[in-house]
Amino acid sequence: MSKTLLEMKSITKTFPGVKALDNVNLKVEEGEIHALVGENGAGKSTLMNVLSGIYPYGTYTGDIIYDGKVCRFSNIKDSERLGIVIIHQELALVPEMSIGENMYLGNECGHRFSIDWNKTYSEADRYLKTVGLKESSKVLVKTIGTGKQQLVEIAKALAKKARLLILDEPTSSLNEEDSRALLDLMLSFKKQGMTMIIITHKLNEVSYVADKITVLRDGTTIETIDNHGKEPVSEERIIKGMVGREMTNRFPKREKTALGEVQMEITHWTVHHPLYPERKVVDDVSMYVRKGEVVGIYGLMGAGRTELAMSIFGQSYGTHFSGELKLNGKTVKMRRSESDAIRHKIAYVTEDRKGNGLVLSQSIRVNTSLANLKAISSHTVIDSDREYAVAKEYREKLRIKTPSVDQLVGNLSGGNQQKVLLAKWMFAEPQILLLDEPTRGIDVGAKYEIYCIINDLAAAGKSVVLISSELPEVLGMSDRIYIMNEGRFVDEMKAEEATQESIMAAILRSGKGA
Amino acid sequence: MSVKTEASPGWRQRLTDFLEKYKVGAFFQKYTMTLALVVVTFVFWLWPGKEGLILLPSNLTSLIAENAYVFVLATGMLLCILTGGNIDLSVGSVVCFTAAVGCTMMASGANMWLTVLVMLGIGLAIGAFQGFWIAKVRVPAFIATLAGMYAFRGFSNVVLNGYRVDIANQGFLDLFGTGKTSFIPDFLRQGIPALDAQFTKDNAFLVGLIGANSVTKFNVTCMCIGTVATLVFIALKVHKILSQKKLGISQSIPKQIVTLVLISILAIWVSFQLSCYRGLPMVLLWIALVLGLYAYITNKTAIGRHLYAVGGNEKATALSGVKTRNVYWFAYANIGLLAGLAGILTAGRAKGIDPVYGEGYEMDAIAACFIGGASAYGGTGKVSGMIIGALLMGVINKGMIIVGVDANYQKVVKGIVLLVAVMFDVMSKRQKR
Repeated sequence: MSKTLLEMKSITKTFPGVKALDNVNLKVEEGEIHALVGENGAGKSTLMNVLSGIYPYGTYTGDIIYDGKVCRFSNIKDSERLGIVIIHQELALVPEMSIGENMYLGNECGHRFSIDWNKTYSEADRYLKTVGLKESSKVLVKTIGTGKQQLVEIAKALAKKARLLILDEPTSSLNEEDSRALLDLMLSFKKQGMTMIIITHKLNEVSYVADKITVLRDGTTIETIDNHGKEPVSEERIIKGMVGREMTNRFPKREKTALGEVQMEITHWTVHHPLYPERKVVDDVSMYVRKGEVVGIYGLMGAGRTELAMSIFGQSYGTHFSGELKLNGKTVKMRRSESDAIRHKIAYVTEDRKGNGLVLSQSIRVNTSLANLKAISSHTVIDSDREYAVAKEYREKLRIKTPSVDQLVGNLSGGNQQKVLLAKWMFAEPQILLLDEPTRGIDVGAKYEIYCIINDLAAAGKSVVLISSELPEVLGMSDRIYIMNEGRFVDEMKAEEATQESIMAAILRSGKGA
Repeated sequence: MSVKTEASPGWRQRLTDFLEKYKVGAFFQKYTMTLALVVVTFVFWLWPGKEGLILLPSNLTSLIAENAYVFVLATGMLLCILTGGNIDLSVGSVVCFTAAVGCTMMASGANMWLTVLVMLGIGLAIGAFQGFWIAKVRVPAFIATLAGMYAFRGFSNVVLNGYRVDIANQGFLDLFGTGKTSFIPDFLRQGIPALDAQFTKDNAFLVGLIGANSVTKFNVTCMCIGTVATLVFIALKVHKILSQKKLGISQSIPKQIVTLVLISILAIWVSFQLSCYRGLPMVLLWIALVLGLYAYITNKTAIGRHLYAVGGNEKATALSGVKTRNVYWFAYANIGLLAGLAGILTAGRAKGIDPVYGEGYEMDAIAACFIGGASAYGGTGKVSGMIIGALLMGVINKGMIIVGVDANYQKVVKGIVLLVAVMFDVMSKRQKR
């Protein structure tokens, strides 16, 4: 148990504008399960991508020492040859192919010009047995459930002769039962001498399987905790490592004004998954926001926060909606239409600014006006003078750092992109802003400026719903906090009364109750 | 080469500095195809034994006439490509079908204006029909239009019974054809010998330039229209530059003025050349109308903006309250309408229609867009770029015919040009990242 299998020394990796990893160290011993925990954006996945060669040698600094040798991987094949296999959070299986075909995809059995199908399927069946799957390897992947697909991924990794298995949030899409089965499988592998790294948000899983726990925060290693000490490591202890940072002056002060009347209210709001309609993503949620209020929604990833916000915004996510939406006291019949939502003065600022928020190939000016072209055009003809004036006004207001509003948004830093996204929605003149992780992946300075903008919006009488998985942010910015877990609101607290510990406790309580 | 570099170490540095200072690299990147067009034209112009032929007034006129359909169809195609690299394979067949219906109608004595309206209407209806499958049912554009390509080729054959139908309607041919009569008549000079003599006397400068014989044929109306159009263009541009200055938009003004001057000189020169031949071809008028209108739509209107936004990021656009399905529908209905117009021009030029006309037209339109810098993934591309792309292909075609390249090789060259153009585009974009 004492031989070190993997050591990553002072790994530093920068993306344009952001330092994703700063001098990170990780030491994994042979035959252990090592958990990697941290908030979103702490750098867990980036670190594993460095390890597996997705970010090749040369794009980062620092050393990877594996099995006593310094390694310089230039792609995934290189790391897989040494037995380092990563299973990504999103399953990478081809649904129309059989289990066996999937397991040996890119790693085909047989000669260069002919695949040995007998060997493929017999080997595949053998590995399926070790992971506890009874299905034949000739079954198509699309016919088995997500839990079993995850097991196929593991069997696939075994087929690659894995020595160090990395699992990136393996249970994020599994239910309780499947998760437990998977974790038990990991423990049985450990007995056979396999080394594993697990990335997860679920802390009960960490204390269940992990031998050692390394905590990452803001791209640096905070600590490595041994789970086999005299006392078991408490979840509170891990949380402290994950979120415990300086709180002074990170949030601008806001003058507390009297809150206005309720501007938006939802009751018994239920949304089902668009692909698996039997699954409730948002389950009987009721909430309200007053004018001038900032309401925080805190929850871990997959809690259903984004789905809630998007379903309010013109039902842009989900199916089988039920529940009631009231705006200014009046029930609103919503159709599946984003433009309806905008007309009702609702704005949804997405967490995924590149995927769902901005047109990267267009300029700041074009992006700013996109959600409200009507305001700058007459008879659908755009008045470019007015458009320029608007873009410049918001550039000044939000301090977007760019010489020209004709700059392509794709060339801006994350913080500035986020400001453009905010500018676009502020220009749409909403009364209710649903801000989904508005500070994800941007640096501290830009975060502060975004917080100031949020405060200004509230001061102007807008209702702000702030969705975040950063506890300090929710605590520092909100008047009131809803705590969400597994699609439901599990608690509601006044910001003055809430603490990091009480919020986490609420989540843990609900998790155990289920 | 290496000796020289060693001898003057500062030489390289100075060159790099110069390139950086004046952004030469960026300039070449942006104007690759324009420069290619100039170079290619020049090469044919200087071709031993064929010097100057490519730019003869008659060749310029026929260049326009032969490529009219490319300009019209590529405009429609550009809008489709903008939405995300979607193409329309059916336009060639739709051109043939609308022309077949039109020619058959005129052959049975229908009014030409009614015929024109019916042809445009059929084009629009076909476009809207295909757009319905693409936008609402979400059939992939490639497949929906491939189906249309087969179906409307078949319908054309049915309408024509497999035979050619000729057009006898002179009014139609004058307006949409490319024959001797399909030019804007010279209202301003009636061709009265006495007046001509006076004109020659008054325009000694012109006589010196092109010879007395050409002066008696000189088309004053064409020259006037060209001059007026150029002046209008200059006025619009100057207004734009001034308003940019007023708003403090950081655009390089000297660069814009240089472009303005170059384009104006080119426009005046082309009008002059055309005036020396038969004057302003009617097709040029239609092309100019289409190009101007669509440059305006893509630049200035909300629907144009939506086309770019959908191609750039469909999800973000939908979440901004744009009905993205309707944007697709618009693009395909529109290319149907333009295919109708192309059908009119094709029938006019051929003075009739054959069941095989229009084959391969869709590919010419697609190639013009991609050579003109439209992205195969959508979201970028301009009408001006597409014009350059279409012209480049047209000039290469014409040039190869003039210098006598084997017709089979002409297609090889076209293919190479397309590949190289898109290769440049992809490579320059990769560098940026």
